[in-house]
Amino acid sequence: MRILKMQPKFFQEFIESLNKFGTIYGPVKKDGVLKYDRVEAFDEVVFDGERPMIPIKKLFHPKKFDMFHFDKDGFTPDYSSIEKRVIIGVPPCEIHSLLRLDEIFMERPVDPYYAKQRENSAIIGYSCLPGESCFCKSTGTDIVEEGFDLFFVNLGKFYLVWVGSSLGHDMVLEREDYFDENVTHNDIEEYIDWRQARDKMFKASFDFKSMPDIMELSYNSPIWDYFADKCLSCGQCSMVCPTCNCYTVTDVLEVSPDTKGRRERYWDSCMFVDYSLVAGGHNFRGARADRLKLWYTHKLKAYANEYGKPACIGCGRCVRTCPVDINVLTVAQALTEMEVPAQ
Amino acid sequence: MTVCNHSDENPFQPEAARIVRQYDLIEDHRFFQVRFLDMERAMTFTYNPGQFLMLSIPGVGEAPFSISSTPSRPGILELGIRRMGKVTEALFNKSDNDVVYIRGPYGNGFNLDQMRGKDILIVAGGLGVIPLRSILYYVLDNRDQFERLFFLYGVRTPEEMLFRTEFFQLKERHDIECLYTVDKATTEWSEDVGVVTKLFTKLPEIDPHQTNAVICGPPVMYKYVIQELLKLKLPKNQIQMTLERRMKCGLGKCGHCALDHIYTCMDGPVFTYWDTLHFRELI
Repeated sequence: MRILKMQPKFFQEFIESLNKFGTIYGPVKKDGVLKYDRVEAFDEVVFDGERPMIPIKKLFHPKKFDMFHFDKDGFTPDYSSIEKRVIIGVPPCEIHSLLRLDEIFMERPVDPYYAKQRENSAIIGYSCLPGESCFCKSTGTDIVEEGFDLFFVNLGKFYLVWVGSSLGHDMVLEREDYFDENVTHNDIEEYIDWRQARDKMFKASFDFKSMPDIMELSYNSPIWDYFADKCLSCGQCSMVCPTCNCYTVTDVLEVSPDTKGRRERYWDSCMFVDYSLVAGGHNFRGARADRLKLWYTHKLKAYANEYGKPACIGCGRCVRTCPVDINVLTVAQALTEMEVPAQ
Repeated sequence: MTVCNHSDENPFQPEAARIVRQYDLIEDHRFFQVRFLDMERAMTFTYNPGQFLMLSIPGVGEAPFSISSTPSRPGILELGIRRMGKVTEALFNKSDNDVVYIRGPYGNGFNLDQMRGKDILIVAGGLGVIPLRSILYYVLDNRDQFERLFFLYGVRTPEEMLFRTEFFQLKERHDIECLYTVDKATTEWSEDVGVVTKLFTKLPEIDPHQTNAVICGPPVMYKYVIQELLKLKLPKNQIQMTLERRMKCGLGKCGHCALDHIYTCMDGPVFTYWDTLHFRELI
């Protein structure tokens, strides 16, 4: 891979120049809330700090959008929200989460809504330092080797810039004079030191590799009942999880004498009681413990069977969000030690 | 009316189809024949027995239905539908010639490769006969590809038997053995009385390795029918069953029918008995 060097003084100007390639999006602080949104001004962007509660999936698999408009002539797809975008400030775990979502939405038959957003979005990654609840080192998602057009590693004195795609290469060509081809031995050492220092900063971790087996072996464990008793079925874990892809679809009629309206698609959660309900009232997963098992099996085991890697990318959002402390770390720990967490 | 066929580009695109015929099978259960407005699409649309489609009524929603017709009779799709939720309610209010929207076909369907050259045992309970009617006619239409064909169908009462006229006509054929039973003969009934497993005593001797069974019925039926098949020493992967789940997208994207690492809509809805032992939560 092509790796270049950039002086920090060029950074803002370079990022701003990327609007030639599309509307710039990124983690921005607006009204006190950090979220992935359109960047209006460079100084709104939060590079490597607080993490947005709602992950980057919202830009590709939106919380709610119109799939179709319908009228007497049938259903017409609505792709109006798709635009050329450059998404900046994307940390490694979020890039991994998109690669996981690709496995679901880009696999045949391709989901055209997701695919069009992906095809029209450039990803400009940005390095980060782990926060209190980050455990991406355990999930092997703390660094990233693919899934970006450019990736900036902030080493303080300078940036190392990984060029990950042909588009990324074109972006560099636009401002070639900002970049230095000459990465010295000292620069490499700086980078290695940074990596080692970063590795030591992780506070949360768990043994991820054993989890598929542990999940399978502890399927009937009373641990699940302990968590089921606490779980509020609020579904927040799904909303904040970067790899939760579930959605539901509803038709919404316009107030009109004709049959006219839209088919909406919006996020759903397997934690909700009606998630597996079928016509006639039979619920395949009426028990909360069964729903929790599905969620955690999917994150820690099931996805690994299908795609060779687990669905959890170690961002720690479930750790920060669940109001009753049910998260990847507490569940994994309880199942591993066969002991409920201390109160 | 403009006919859109965006399904190559957008697999969620519902396509217009006309209700060409409909009639009540029994109370609250209706038979529908539908055909794509686009005649070329109607004639080239193909599927496997055991697959399902998504049917939309604009403004009401979309729901999965198993296909009851056989791909060996192209042009028209047949559905047997029970009035159960809002989509079926709206469908029951449609008239002949009204337009509905469909997309599909989805799911795996029955494993025909495994069934060819074998004796076929079809075991249906109640509503479960709707998807099995597809494989039943498929085998009859391709009769030389299969050996003996047994069709066992049980319902609670004679009034609840679906496709009654059709299925009694089948009894006149010599290339199929039809065995029907009711739990309770509330009206005149010339066939057996008792649960569907009772019909197994009437079967001739079968070679378990040369036999494939397909089952569909109410959840309670599976356990007893499988017991009978195991008594006959049928290998567990030669027992196929079609299962119900909440399928919203049909394409393995929305997650609703997920269990373990499989999606019922993509990896099913047909599973073998071995699958149900292997994957938790299937039955």
